[in-house]
Amino acid sequence: MQTDEAPPLVSMRQIVKRFGQFVANDQINLDLAAGEIHALLGENGAGKSTLVKILNGLLQPDAGEIYWQGEQVLLKSPRDASEVGISMVFQQFSLFENLTVAENINAAFTEHDTHGFGVRALADRIIEIGEDYDLNLDPNRPVHTLSTGERQRIEIVRALLRHPKLLILDEPTSVLTPQEAEDLFLTLEKLASGGCGILYISHKLHEVRRLCSKASILRNGRLVATCDPKSTETVEMASLMVGSSVPELRAPALHKIGDIRLHVEALSLPSQDIHGTDLHHINLDVHGGEIVGIAGIAGNGQSELFAALSGERLAQEPRHICIDTLPAGLLDIESRRALGAVFIPEERLGHAAVPDMRLSDNLLLSRHGTDNLIHGGLIDIRRSHRLAHDVVLQFDVRSASKNPYARHLSGGNLQKFIMGREILAEPGVMVVNQPTWGVDAGAATAIRQALIDLAAAGTAVLLISQDLDELFDLSDRMAVIYAGRLSQTLPIQNLTREMVGMMMAGSEVDHAA
Amino acid sequence: MRLELSPRQNVWPLFRLLSPIFAMAMAGLLASLVIMILGQSPQAAFDVYVLGPLDDSWAIQEIAIKMVPLVLIATGLSFCFRANLWNIGAEGQFTFGAIIGSILPLLTQGMGFGPWVMVIALLMGMLGGALFSLIPAYLRAHLNVSEILSSLMLVYVAQLLLDWLVRGPWRDPNGFNFPQTVNFDAGSLLPVLMDDGRLHAGVILAGIVVLVSMIVLSLTLFGFRVKVIGSAPKAAGFAGFSSKETIFAVFIISGSLSGLAGIIEVLGHIGQLKPSISTNAGFTAITVAFLGRLTPIGILFGAFIVALTTIGGENAQIMLKLPLDLTTCFQGLLLLCVLVSDSLTSYQIRFVSDKPSPTTPIEDA
Amino acid sequence: MDISQSVIMTIMTAATPLLLAALGELIVERSGVLNLGLEGMMATAAACGFAMAIVSGSTTVGVLCAVLSAMALAGLFGFVTLSLGANQVASGLALTIFGLGLSGLIGAGFVGTSRPPLEPLFIEGLTDLPGFGKIIFGQDFFVYTSWILILAILIFLHLTRAGLTLRCIGENHHSAHAIGLPVLKTRFRAVLFGGACAGLAGAYLSLVYTPFWSPGMTAGRGWIALSLVVFAAWRAERVLLGALLFGGATVLQLHAQAASLGLPSQLLSAVPYLATLIALVFMSLGRKSGTVTPGSLGQPFVPER
Repeated sequence: MQTDEAPPLVSMRQIVKRFGQFVANDQINLDLAAGEIHALLGENGAGKSTLVKILNGLLQPDAGEIYWQGEQVLLKSPRDASEVGISMVFQQFSLFENLTVAENINAAFTEHDTHGFGVRALADRIIEIGEDYDLNLDPNRPVHTLSTGERQRIEIVRALLRHPKLLILDEPTSVLTPQEAEDLFLTLEKLASGGCGILYISHKLHEVRRLCSKASILRNGRLVATCDPKSTETVEMASLMVGSSVPELRAPALHKIGDIRLHVEALSLPSQDIHGTDLHHINLDVHGGEIVGIAGIAGNGQSELFAALSGERLAQEPRHICIDTLPAGLLDIESRRALGAVFIPEERLGHAAVPDMRLSDNLLLSRHGTDNLIHGGLIDIRRSHRLAHDVVLQFDVRSASKNPYARHLSGGNLQKFIMGREILAEPGVMVVNQPTWGVDAGAATAIRQALIDLAAAGTAVLLISQDLDELFDLSDRMAVIYAGRLSQTLPIQNLTREMVGMMMAGSEVDHAA
Repeated sequence: MRLELSPRQNVWPLFRLLSPIFAMAMAGLLASLVIMILGQSPQAAFDVYVLGPLDDSWAIQEIAIKMVPLVLIATGLSFCFRANLWNIGAEGQFTFGAIIGSILPLLTQGMGFGPWVMVIALLMGMLGGALFSLIPAYLRAHLNVSEILSSLMLVYVAQLLLDWLVRGPWRDPNGFNFPQTVNFDAGSLLPVLMDDGRLHAGVILAGIVVLVSMIVLSLTLFGFRVKVIGSAPKAAGFAGFSSKETIFAVFIISGSLSGLAGIIEVLGHIGQLKPSISTNAGFTAITVAFLGRLTPIGILFGAFIVALTTIGGENAQIMLKLPLDLTTCFQGLLLLCVLVSDSLTSYQIRFVSDKPSPTTPIEDA
Repeated sequence: MDISQSVIMTIMTAATPLLLAALGELIVERSGVLNLGLEGMMATAAACGFAMAIVSGSTTVGVLCAVLSAMALAGLFGFVTLSLGANQVASGLALTIFGLGLSGLIGAGFVGTSRPPLEPLFIEGLTDLPGFGKIIFGQDFFVYTSWILILAILIFLHLTRAGLTLRCIGENHHSAHAIGLPVLKTRFRAVLFGGACAGLAGAYLSLVYTPFWSPGMTAGRGWIALSLVVFAAWRAERVLLGALLFGGATVLQLHAQAASLGLPSQLLSAVPYLATLIALVFMSLGRKSGTVTPGSLGQPFVPER
């Protein structure tokens, strides 16, 4: 390998990782220099997470070598990685809800890390580093009382306290407003200028162009290109990621905006869980033929709002939620389906679908009450198979067998099945939460197109999402949810990303609400 | 050296079917080891435990009689376990069912009312078991109290209640102070099916329960709902299945079948109430339910194995002087082996040495 | 010795096995594992301890063997649920059935044998102090061990790094694994510790509480200890409180039987079980979800490879 004076900070050589038959990483090479901000680009399932888990010691490669400052290293656990100077900020945080900030940070340390400072001193160090990098945290707060942005701060502070030479961040901006993302970039640039290497995982090209000086692009487990993102066209990088030209959304057919089909009025609901968010006085109308978007950072009441709208939790009074003018606040989810509403939760496996059941059984899940599938308590198994097969055909659900278990489908294919299941029920109202989260680009486009077409056919679509691009692409009108309060709904033409970003961070909501 | 698990992508269906048999083989081997330690030949033990009870029609009837409570209770438990509810107090529901079911036969004793008493007693037994199971069900559904602990505590309560009844108010005044009730009228007992044995009509009831449960579990919306609740509770909420209702439903099913088992034992071959009406059937049935992979047909098979070895154990006590507890031991071991082999069907197991992993690149791409 | 002192002594005698077993289980559950095999481990330990004490003539050997036998069962449980990822609830039940059977096998030859129970401590000038002398200086080895255990567990959980690691693993094993904490190793150790404590509890029953061994002598104490952990909201100091309350209920029941109040003895015998049930109900009232239960309790953990 490089034996010159300045070997790269880290060098991954011919990394291979398999899960059963599936090759997640296929002979991947990656070099990263000190002070470099290096993007790792790729679609969901391209192998980015696997590669950084290997670099962080969480997974062992089946073949290949890792060189750290020119010397081969074996990283058998995150502890080993942190000892050489590699720290990671996870996308789905590695935090403990009932523990304090200081305990959360301390937990990741070894005696070696805390050498010289005890638990008390750790609190001081947290505050100190918070001031240095503008990452303020109260060391004694339990994590469950913190916002998503603050939780990410814990992860970053935890990493920084170990003086990393390489910092890995997995999709860090997915939980941030555009302004917070910009603040994060400043922090990262400051770190890099101090000599820290940064591996930045993302699929957002504009961020990568803004921040990174080098990019490695993965597709289907292989490294397909390494380039300078600042001098490479966005379209070119996108097609390298996807492997073909990026599919475009078709504009909806001309259609009229109809009557109000979903009406929410003064909906308030205290959370049942101490880790949840209370809903405060939510007002909202969705007309037939339009898509209304709800933006917001994760954990601001989206799942609680979804549960209240779907009937998984009942409202306090019937009039709080009306479906096609009928008061539905006290109706359960099946009765709301009978009124023509359908619901698509965020979590695919375990909420929208049962992992260990076949698609025909998963079809029953939401349609057992409305599709003449039950006769005298007995399931019409033939019919459920046929309806499931209809969904598979019409929505291009690809799988190895005809009627597979839900958990054997890829995220994109399962989401297409779930979308299809609900759309073929011919809904008047659809409430959908994060429809393209963790889905590959092809499936995401298909799903978004389906939503556009559904609205064009007269359905009222309420789209809850954390993806601002998606919301600006699809919505006719948009509102922002923050701390369980919903802003006014404004036409998309009157909104900019900056305005929405401000509202996502909690400003403006007071006068809008 | 350590073990590493990785989920199997596709499980060969035959593998799943064979897993309980593999478990039995494993448990059998371990039991042979114990028997050798106890100074007996495993060959002789196998003859006594497994082959002996299959020898004649009388013994086979005894197996069937032993199977009845196991099948009934385990079938009920399979509803609970599928819904991920751990009713482990079937023994208590069994006892309470036997108590409530015995009220009418006791009151009408000596009046010669005939089979109607039996029919009502069976229904009352089911009702008793169901009522008793409502306590853990209510506590779980409305107060989120662990059904494991509450149902188990009630086992002791039911057994003490029975003990008090047969030593106190219900004791046979002419029973030489033995803790037992009077013998019930022959007419209120379950009819015997064969001339040369004790096989009673409870077998038919158990058969009906198995058939109905098969249909309910595999073909009805209710069976579907139980599976969804157990496998993905949030998805059940999404499907509109109320978890509270389901908790009550499966506990009532399980409780009433345990209660039915209790009163069938009393009316089938005991003929009176006494402190020892159960031979731990409520706990043994847990093993049976898992051995049968929570399916009614499998439970029949599991109950057969367990009943066989239980009778074998009784014989072994007499013939080989092997303690009766060996059977309990074997059944606990069997359940462990079933769980282990279930694991082996869903996970691939690798032995990994803690030495550094090889870093040679692999041959192809 | 005055009456109140003797009442307190008997309460502690009744509370100690519960306390020992529950403290062990507390650590197990704090690590995210639910071992329902407590009753089986205690039963085996009681039989094994008694048998070996008779055979060797030494209480110390008896106690050691009791602890080792329960740890062996715990190790079996750990292997099945942690190494092989089997269902914890069912495995725990299996362990109870197995342990009860095993205790019968081991103890069969010793039914009817009796031996003098372990002598409590006696320090001239301290134990015979009036008032609290006997309570503080006149207990036996097990009682002092249980006191030390409470302190040690409190210190371990809240002041040591290993304790923090254990709490993290119990709360969220995915997060713990992601930051490099050894989930399965820690859990295995916790399970073994739980076994050792159950072993002490079992030994106490057959070597101190009674001078003999009888089948089924654990009489549901393992289950009551499990309930105690829930009742105590997974906190060591509250386990002590709970164990004393239950000890009190047991003693009350014994005194009531002795005083022959005309109540059926079975009703009094049912008091500990009913009290457990009521305590469980009482504790769950007004408790919001997600507050005290270790987050990954009972869930198997199989790391991605």
